[in-house]
Amino acid sequence: MAATNLTQAAPGRPSPAQASQPAQEQAHQEHPIGLYLKVWGLLFLLSAMSYAVDYFHVQGLLRWGLIVTLMLAKAGLIVAVFMHMAWERLALVCAILLPPLALLVLVGLMASEAGHTFLARLVMFP
Amino acid sequence: MSTIALPTRTAAPAGRAVSGWRQLIADWSSDRQAFHVAWGKAMMWFFLLSDTFIFGCFLTGYMTVRASTTAAWPNTSQVFALHIGGADVPLILIAIMTFVLITSSGTMAMAVNCAYRRDRVNAAALMFVTAGFGEMFVGMQAFEWSKLIMEGVRPWGNPMGAPQFGSTFFMITGFHGLHVTCGVIYLAVVATRLLRGKYERAGSYQIVEIVGLYWHFVDLVWVFIFAFFYLW
Repeated sequence: MAATNLTQAAPGRPSPAQASQPAQEQAHQEHPIGLYLKVWGLLFLLSAMSYAVDYFHVQGLLRWGLIVTLMLAKAGLIVAVFMHMAWERLALVCAILLPPLALLVLVGLMASEAGHTFLARLVMFP
Repeated sequence: MSTIALPTRTAAPAGRAVSGWRQLIADWSSDRQAFHVAWGKAMMWFFLLSDTFIFGCFLTGYMTVRASTTAAWPNTSQVFALHIGGADVPLILIAIMTFVLITSSGTMAMAVNCAYRRDRVNAAALMFVTAGFGEMFVGMQAFEWSKLIMEGVRPWGNPMGAPQFGSTFFMITGFHGLHVTCGVIYLAVVATRLLRGKYERAGSYQIVEIVGLYWHFVDLVWVFIFAFFYLW
């Protein structure tokens, strides 16, 4: 494993031997401009759709569903393509993308806390 | 990995005594690494991860105060409407800001692409364009803040409804605006150095990708703010 990874390990080292780095990174991360242009166009379209949700006063469950779906689609495109996460090694992907899931626990706790506060306010300050 | 004789800054050459911080780093890293990317890129990712938690906490706090207040939440669609051509267009300023930021993200992606091809003039030019769009965004945000402040929105109250609206609005958009401002400065500094050939001499254009990560993150945060604060 160590021997086969040698060429890939080299660019990551904080070494003075950085001359070998650009070629390595180029091979790793250069993608056709067409891909960026497509994603760019898609982000515009998705943003326009989010704005349309508000402009046409879509209400109720459909509104929340559309807002969250469009938001996640945009976030996914930015992280995967613009930030190159789709081509990174799994070790880095896991280290960056898994920890924020802990925020969902916080959201769950705070949502129940907020509900409790809301009911308490209704009872105490009618 | 010990058989690989690569010159590194941290691993001491045999026979020479190292001490202090270099020794500490050499001992702790022990010639191992988990992430096979340039260290600057890994560090930027970790910084962005920590920033994710900061914005995550802000947005969660916003959710908490909004869900627990008994007063009506101001209608953001109307609060952020602009009077254009004799009619109120809902949320139009925020929509324009969103498009400006996405445009800047696109030009940044192009700059990173140019940097991979070691096309430093185009990369630097695109970075300046990106910084220009960022500055435009901050300018529109300043306009938005001034407008709301003149309408009487304060961190402790506002004429439209729940007093928590002002505090969360200024906190979240202010912190995001600060990130955009820092990004504009960061972009300008790196683009200037790129033009002057500093990274040519160092032999690596990696820094452009690292700046790009920061800038795309700023756009990413706006996606969530736009959805949760302005559209919800």
